[in-house]
Parts: sequence; structure tokens; C-alpha cells
Amino acid sequence: MLIYGYGNPGRQDDGLGKAMIDLAGEWVRNEDLENISLDVGYQILVEDVTLIENKDVVLFVDASMDEGIADFDLAAVTADDNATFTMHQVSPGFLLALYETLYGPAPPAYLLQIRGYEWELEESLSRGAQENLQKAWKVLRQILKDPGRLDGIGDPKATSTENKSKK
Amino acid sequence: MAQKITISPVTRVEGHGKVTIHLNDEGEVIQSRLHIVEFRGFERFVQNRPYWEMPVLVQRLCGICPVSHHLAAAKAVDVIVGAGTGDGLTPTAEKIRRLMHYGQILQSHALHFFHLASPDLLFGVDADPARRNVITLARTPEYRELAVQGVMMRKFGQEIIKATAGKKIHGTGAIPGGVNKSLTKEERDVFLKGKDPLNADAMIDWAEAAIALFRDFHKKNRDMVDEFSRFPSNHLSLVGRDGALDLYHGRLRAVDSEGKKILHDIDYQEYLDYIGEEVRSWSYMKFPFLTELGKQDGWYRVGPLARLNTCEHIPTPRAQKAFEEYKSYTDGRPNDMCMHTHWARLIETLFAAESIKLLLEDPDILKDDLVIKGKRQPEGIGLLEAPRGTLFHHYRVNEQDQITMANLIVSTTNNNQPMNEAVEQVARKQMTGQKTITEPMMNAVEMAIRAYDPCLSCATHAIGRMPLEITIYDRLGNLIDRKSR
Repeated sequence: MLIYGYGNPGRQDDGLGKAMIDLAGEWVRNEDLENISLDVGYQILVEDVTLIENKDVVLFVDASMDEGIADFDLAAVTADDNATFTMHQVSPGFLLALYETLYGPAPPAYLLQIRGYEWELEESLSRGAQENLQKAWKVLRQILKDPGRLDGIGDPKATSTENKSKK
Repeated sequence: MAQKITISPVTRVEGHGKVTIHLNDEGEVIQSRLHIVEFRGFERFVQNRPYWEMPVLVQRLCGICPVSHHLAAAKAVDVIVGAGTGDGLTPTAEKIRRLMHYGQILQSHALHFFHLASPDLLFGVDADPARRNVITLARTPEYRELAVQGVMMRKFGQEIIKATAGKKIHGTGAIPGGVNKSLTKEERDVFLKGKDPLNADAMIDWAEAAIALFRDFHKKNRDMVDEFSRFPSNHLSLVGRDGALDLYHGRLRAVDSEGKKILHDIDYQEYLDYIGEEVRSWSYMKFPFLTELGKQDGWYRVGPLARLNTCEHIPTPRAQKAFEEYKSYTDGRPNDMCMHTHWARLIETLFAAESIKLLLEDPDILKDDLVIKGKRQPEGIGLLEAPRGTLFHHYRVNEQDQITMANLIVSTTNNNQPMNEAVEQVARKQMTGQKTITEPMMNAVEMAIRAYDPCLSCATHAIGRMPLEITIYDRLGNLIDRKSR
């Protein structure tokens, strides 16, 4: 499994992706779990397609400004070949589409979005983002122990704790 | 009644380019502008921070070219700690920094050509924008290898950065007065003798092949490549002491559209005597100019096209040969053809690949004499040639080592007026007499702006990508059409 956190930690809550990798890295070491790769980037870039190779599952972790996400959201990612204007960053779906074009069928992939609130030039998470990070980490920890929990995840906004409680 | 206009970021991705075009009663374009609608705030943010934090702190600006900011800040702080103005470091420190920088140039230029420019060129300006990307390139059998090479060149450059900067995010390799690590023999050998294709020799061959690809395209599409968004300008960049292309350090030179020197290899510590910045009410991005020529005539281009107009030669053999062929196309005169920026960028890519190999073969990069310091100074200025052009970092510090003033002029800001000129050229040609904005018009504007590879993340200190919006107004200011992508 590859867990890839991205965002600029110098822009407050944009650092949620890296913060999750820091949490997961320490825990994976302590639990002595094997076959889990962790990586970070400012954003997803085209060369990150090489990171996916030989992985049985990929989990992207990103910060989100989406007000529709109460705390976090875990959803499956499907290949999407729509490019952005600059290509200075690409979406997880674009990366999967590129992988499938270059190498063949991509592994199952998921995007864990954690709601952030502050985006200024500071290197610290807002209180709300820290709370959401902990909620998301609790779920991710269970997934790392039992990756089978990812099976069946498809619909966006299906796994957020508050979204669930609203249903 | 007073009107309150609020511009608030509606998505996490803030930076965007907005083009407005005004027509007269005859439908002729009378004004076109590329607006940048984000605030600058970084200079104020760093005030009172300790100066030694700057090489790491400035990477918060932007996740697109953090290495350029890291190194420009380090060069400014070198001056403050009395380590000289760029060429006073230990040989190991200077060469490790150069290696980091050329790794950044290689990966950034590769991204631009293989993933942005080549789809534009190979599939045509009229092609569906959804098709003009690296995936379509990879799905086209004859270009599939090109797409793979683009990915691998990016990866090679990123790995060089990781090895020299220490980590992928907020690298710490460059420190005041030097670097905090050199390379081990094992690290070096990965890049020099690594498994094919991830080694320096492959990068050189692929960069050279990309130049051949561009030249072949040029031969078949000469009119478009030569005339699209072409206009004369001044050109500015650093050059090495002997007039060589040097992207890490040198003196500031500018030439006019005829090739006459208008800025004579000045020490960039004196840049304020020669360069001013104009504020215009309709853009948050400033307009730099050469003060001697004034605001009207003193604007200049920076970046690959400008650099190959200011330098006299390239100090690596294969890039020099490519440079000679490039210069012969204009009989040695400055090149003002916008689309030739891609050609110039590829020659620089070859130069970066060759420079990386030379640096890897240099035993100095394995040594451990890493830092030098001297008499503390109250002010420091650091310049380098970032992938998109000249990057200025200027700091003043007080006796408590706190930053009291910071001024940054980033490459995209230097290219502000040229990008506006490019939009003007395209607008006059494509939009005169038009009532609606068509896809080919959008494509043409996009291609003209893309040639400068603008990065609004640091130019405006916003995060991320750059959507494009174009609006046309009539003489009375009534909206005729608006399109965005």
C-alpha cells in the first residue's frame, strides 16, 4: 500500500496531507507493519505515476476547502484524463489515467480529504483542522490494520464520521 | 452609495489569470489586459523573523519551484553572514547548490516541454483542450516514448533535488554560508551510473532528441512558430563573467531588441539603482522596468528566450552546438519569436543535463568543507535564474538578526508586461470584429501565456494552478462574452 500525502505545510491547513503522513509514519514504525510505503509532495505531479507501480492499493491524502465535508471524506478515485491549464499539479484521477495509459490497469485508489479552514503563510494547523486530522487518523489506523475495510468504498462523503451521523 | 467589492478565494486553488479585451464601435481591439487578482503578502509576513530561517521559510511561497526560492534566499543570506555574493563559498558548497539548481531546471523545463508545449505543438492550437495533454501524447503510438521520457526526466530532476536538498518538502540543503551536506559516492553513482534510463547520459540524449523534435516541427510549421505572438523587447538575465550562460550566478545584463547592451554586467547587489517596479491599479502584480529607460520603454523579458539573447556562449559542448544553430537562425540578432522560447528552453534543458553530469564527475561534491562565514552585513541580495527567469530576493536585518525589510521580484512578475504584450498581439489578431469567444481564440491566448510558463503561486502568493478567464467588452463597457477554462 502507498499512502501519499500532499499539500504545502507552509500554508497552514494545506499541510494536512503531510501531517497525516507524519502520524502514520510513526505508527507504522512502532507497529512494525510491512508493505506500507509513505510519501509526501507539495502537489501531485506527473512523475508520481512511477510511485504507483507495484502497489496493490493507493491512498491519497489531501486538505479540502469543501464546505460539504464536515470533517473528512474517504472516497474511491477513478481514472480521469481531464488536465488542468498549467499541469503544475494534477489530480489523483489524472495520475491514475496516466498510469493506465503508460503501464496498464491501475491499482485501486482512494482519496482521503480532510477539511481545513486556514490557508495563510504559517506552518501550523488550525484547531479545527487538528481535530479533523485526529478523526481521520482514527479511521486510517483501522484501515492500516485491516486494508479490507477499503472494499466497498465508492460513494463520496460516505465515511466521514459527522456525515455518517447525519444520515 | 458607496460600493463594496470583495474578492474572496472561492476554492483552495486561488491564483487565476483574467484577460479582458475592449473593442471599439468598429469591433477593433483597443485594449487588452492580463489581470492578476491576488494579493501579495509575503514581504510583510517575514518581517521580524530571524534571517537564517529564510532559505526554509520562503519555500512556503510556492510548491512549484521551492528550490529556486530556497537558493535565492540562501544567496541573499550568504551576503548577510559575510560569505560573499555567490562565488565566495567553498567549492563543495557552490557545486552542491549548482547541482540542486540544475536538477530543478531539468525537471521544470521537462514538465513544460513534454507535458505542456509538446501537446500544444503536436496536436495543434485548434485541437480540443481536453486532448492537449500528456495522456493523449502517451496514447499516440508515435509519441508514446516522448511521454515516458518526460516522466523520467521529471523523476531524475526530482531525485537530484531530494539528494541535495535533503527532503522533498521544505528542503534544508542550502544554509547561510554554504550547504549542510555533500553527496556520498553511493548517492553520486546512482545518478551517474544508474540503471538505464535514469542516469545523466540518458538525460543528455533525451534533451538533445527533444531539440531535434522541435526543429522538425519548426521546419514543417515555420510561419506559425516564427510569427505567433512575436514582438520586439528588451531582454534581461544574469550572465557568467565571460558572458557565458550561467543560471546560478553572474552579473546582470540587459540587451535591447537590436542586441545593444543597455545594462552592462552590473553587480546585482546594486539592482535598485537600475530596476524599478511600477504599480498599476488593475493588477496586484507589479511591472518592473529598467529605470534608465523609464516605465514606458524600460520593460523587459526574462526566461529562456531572454537568456539566450543576453549570453554569448554556453559552456557545455552539446548545448553550445545547439546554441550556435539557434543563433544562426536570426543571424546572431536577438530572437523575439515567442514560440522560440520552447526551442531556447530545450537548449537550456540540454545545458542543465550536461552540467549535472559534469558536477557529478567533480570530486568536490564528495568533500566535506561545507560552510564559510565572514563579517556580518546588514543587508543581502540574492539573484539566480529560476526556470521561468530572473528571481530577486532582497533582505535587510537589524542587530537582533530580524528581517526588517524583504523585497522579492519573481520571474513571472518580471514577465508581467511581456505577457500583456503577448495577449495584446493575440487579441488583435484573433478577436477583432468578433462577438463571441471561440475555442481557437481561447487556445491562442492560452498558448501565448503558456510560452512564459507563468506561475502565479509565487507571483501573487496564492496556492496552486491557474484557471484562465477571458471577457470581451464593447466601447461602453458592456459585457459581450465571457469564457473560462
